[in-house]
Amino acid sequence: MSDSFEYLLRLADDRLVLGHRLSEWCGHAPILEEDIALANIALDLVGQANLLLTHAAAAGNTGRDADALAFLRDAIDYRNALIVELPKGDFAFTIARQFFYGVFGMLQSEALQKSSDTELGGIAAKMLKEFRYHVRHSGEWMLRLGGGTDESHARLQRAVDDLWRYTGELFQADDLDRRVGASGFGVDPSELETAWRATVDDILQRSGLTTPAVTWMQRGGREGKHTEHLGLMLAEMQVLQRQHPGATW
Amino acid sequence: MSSTHQPRAESREPRAAAAESREPKADSQWPLWEVFIQPGGGAPHEHAGSVHAVDAEHALQNARDVYARRGEGMNLWVVPSQAITASTPEDMGPFFDPGNDKPYRHPQFYKVPRGVRL
Repeated sequence: MSDSFEYLLRLADDRLVLGHRLSEWCGHAPILEEDIALANIALDLVGQANLLLTHAAAAGNTGRDADALAFLRDAIDYRNALIVELPKGDFAFTIARQFFYGVFGMLQSEALQKSSDTELGGIAAKMLKEFRYHVRHSGEWMLRLGGGTDESHARLQRAVDDLWRYTGELFQADDLDRRVGASGFGVDPSELETAWRATVDDILQRSGLTTPAVTWMQRGGREGKHTEHLGLMLAEMQVLQRQHPGATW
Repeated sequence: MSSTHQPRAESREPRAAAAESREPKADSQWPLWEVFIQPGGGAPHEHAGSVHAVDAEHALQNARDVYARRGEGMNLWVVPSQAITASTPEDMGPFFDPGNDKPYRHPQFYKVPRGVRL
């Protein structure tokens, strides 16, 4: 598989899986306006995944189109980071995860605008606008939950504690990351960590939360070594296409 | 004199004081905000609906998510519903009727010169 195909799959799979996880809130959010907001953000992410998978399908030249890539790959072939496949948890967990991933996505999209691939650069410009709003949305909720009631504060701190060991994977660069970073096609994610940490530390501090002391980080998603959660999620996401191959509306 | 009118927190229609006891208790809901959207091009803001939110920034985001996802070129205003003073149905007569049967108050007979755009 070519570098560009593999790299685009990593970008797309992050968004597809996170978008699906967010969509699980539809009809179940704590308040109507938030139900709509989360669905909007999910749609943004799935839309980004669609653009990236379409571009990957063309770059990969494997005979599979975007739909085939989304619905007919098994978990072992998915290249998303582990943090996005975790179950949605409570509202605090969802918000914390949106915030952690959103800041990363925003920084990554900003850098990708300068990609040597003009199509990816164009997609990145669009993604940046969307991520800016996602960060504004989840960041404001971090402040309100952290500085809210004892319960909201406790739940958010627990969420941050649970998620922290999954944040490191976003910045771990392997040979592929270094090659696409050097060629200018993509961005070496390790270059984004300092800026991410600065933004996240600021919001954690203003929310009255403690930064976890954990330094060991979970990893494996980029190589297809996923948690037990991804398989279950894909079973639900892919069941329609697999039971009725090639079906259309 | 027309009956007293007051801003309503829970309804889009203006209501008189007697209806207040039928409203849900204020602390079971977040404050209500009215949303106005400018479609673009300097056109006036139009009322789009209302959202519940804890404060102004939250209201702005909720308004954007609920009302502004389709369409372009916009500006959003959010206003606490409490801040809006509305006329009541009883006011309709004293406020608006006198205008209807005085056609000389309306610029209806003016011929717009050719080439002038309104």
